[in-house]
Amino acid sequence: MSDSKKSVIFHLGFLGLLFLLQFLLPAYHHGNLARIMVLATYAMGYNILFGYTGLLSLGHAMFFAAGMYGMGLTMTHLGWTAGPAMVAGFLAGVLVSAGIGFLALRTSGVSFMIVTLMFAQAGFLTILYFGEWTRGDEGFVIQQADRVFAGIDLSDPTNRYLAALLLFGLCLMLTIRLMQSRFGHVLIAIRENEERTQMLGYHVHHHKWLAVIASGTMAAVAGAAYALLFGYAGATFASVQYSIFPLLWVLLGGAGTALGPFIGTLFMFYLIDLSSSLTTAYMLIAGVALVLLTLFLPQGLVGEWRRRVMPWLT
Amino acid sequence: MELAPYLILGCIEGLVTAAVLALMAVGLSLVFGVMRVVNVAHGEFFMLGAVLAWFVADQLGGHPAIAFLAALIIAPLLVGTLAMIADMTILKRVSYDPERTIVATIGLLYIIQQLTLMTYGSNARPVEPPFNQRIAIPWFEWVDGGLSLYWPWGLGTTSYKLAVIGFAIMLLLGIWVLMTRTRIGLIMRATQLDRDIAQAYGIHVDRVYAMVFGLGAALAAMAAVLIVPIQQAHYLMGHDPLLLSFIVVIIGGLGSLVGTVIAAVMIGLSDGLISVFFTPTLAKIIATLMVTFVLIFRPSGLMGSK
Repeated sequence: MSDSKKSVIFHLGFLGLLFLLQFLLPAYHHGNLARIMVLATYAMGYNILFGYTGLLSLGHAMFFAAGMYGMGLTMTHLGWTAGPAMVAGFLAGVLVSAGIGFLALRTSGVSFMIVTLMFAQAGFLTILYFGEWTRGDEGFVIQQADRVFAGIDLSDPTNRYLAALLLFGLCLMLTIRLMQSRFGHVLIAIRENEERTQMLGYHVHHHKWLAVIASGTMAAVAGAAYALLFGYAGATFASVQYSIFPLLWVLLGGAGTALGPFIGTLFMFYLIDLSSSLTTAYMLIAGVALVLLTLFLPQGLVGEWRRRVMPWLT
Repeated sequence: MELAPYLILGCIEGLVTAAVLALMAVGLSLVFGVMRVVNVAHGEFFMLGAVLAWFVADQLGGHPAIAFLAALIIAPLLVGTLAMIADMTILKRVSYDPERTIVATIGLLYIIQQLTLMTYGSNARPVEPPFNQRIAIPWFEWVDGGLSLYWPWGLGTTSYKLAVIGFAIMLLLGIWVLMTRTRIGLIMRATQLDRDIAQAYGIHVDRVYAMVFGLGAALAAMAAVLIVPIQQAHYLMGHDPLLLSFIVVIIGGLGSLVGTVIAAVMIGLSDGLISVFFTPTLAKIIATLMVTFVLIFRPSGLMGSK
């Protein structure tokens, strides 16, 4: 069996396990896992750019928020139903990531990180500035009656879990397919050695731009799904903290691994959940984790697992 | 209404912002220039400076001027020392790899910020300025064919704000002298140009790095001590100045000290003027978008090399 086939079967098996968990988990963890799967989708989007292409963005919250508000605003102010509103969230993600990618990719390395951070900040401030429509920090609730897609009530826990699993599964398999394709190989080549890739005749800049769009759009879809499934959109999701989170999740799980974002999100979610019951300064855990990770585990959990046990993992 | 007095007011407010921003951004730019490290925790060193200033002033009591002066010396020293320790224990161990240092300094940001929240709490606390006379802004009008001064609408500023501007200019000149006229500055510039050759000539690059990182943090702390009588110390106060310093450093050109100061004055003035006439949020959005334009037309910044 070829390595890529093994990898696909392994991940399908993992998705099957998540499906089975739906029947076994108690209500609290059941709800958490649905949330984690949506957030992990966001992290997988981030991973396309950071893990596979090697571009560190500090502004992905703006893509997440683009999807979230693309969906939420059309729903609340234009009265769109869930289907078209999701499409609006998707398109908002494509547009924002194409535009920001075009501008930010004029820089590279350190400047790219700072510039993405700045754009995300401008986006966050813009959401606050138009508080009349976005309701700023306070955010707005998406009514339960609107959260119905093709006759299925998405506010019901079981439906919500399955919808989150569907989204997560699709994006996971899409990432794996993408990274096993020619396009994905070029992205990985750019990460490993940009100049050599250029010299081999690939359009490095063009590929990077497409990577930003793919990454940003996946983040936006996750944002739109988050608003739809959990019924809330707020400016917090556009703040710097939400740009740092996917970086943290991906690093913890393992950058450049398909399953890393999920594992990282899972661990950090429960770590913060536990510590926030002890202290209000729960972000301390995130800070300590970041420092320890850079010092002792730069490959992340899944990265380490791949190195030791399953070298064929995507 | 007459526009001019408001313009003057906006300019003074803007120059105060510019003064503080220039100090902080020069610290950031110095660290980037010499070490090629983007210090995301820079804003937290700023915050720590303000909080320590409050702590020192609170412990000492006595006349506000003495307490303030003590804070102005002690807070930057402590923050600088802390930064040197962070450099030696964390940044050195990831061998200053650009991405890993960014991640590590993000971690440091949350550690410092949340530890401050746990100890100092979430209240904003003021420090008394050493002196604080009100100065009304004069304007003139034509009375009987001659000029006469008057003081419109109680618009005014304080002597302390003017002193902040003056003190920042002195400090910046001091940094310039340090970098261009002293042996330490020479060593720093040599390390910046070529780390390996500098090491081959017997310069302790590790020590230079620790010192530069400490100096950068100390500058941020000093900026914070200057602003804390105007703004109050709060555990989240490092966030906005950090983003503004990033803007300033990019517009000025990464690693260029002169460019950084020019950009700080530009951003500070536009921030002051737009805040007076419109809203602070709009001022920040415009400052952020200015970065875009600079990047489109001059990717390396105003004074950047390359």
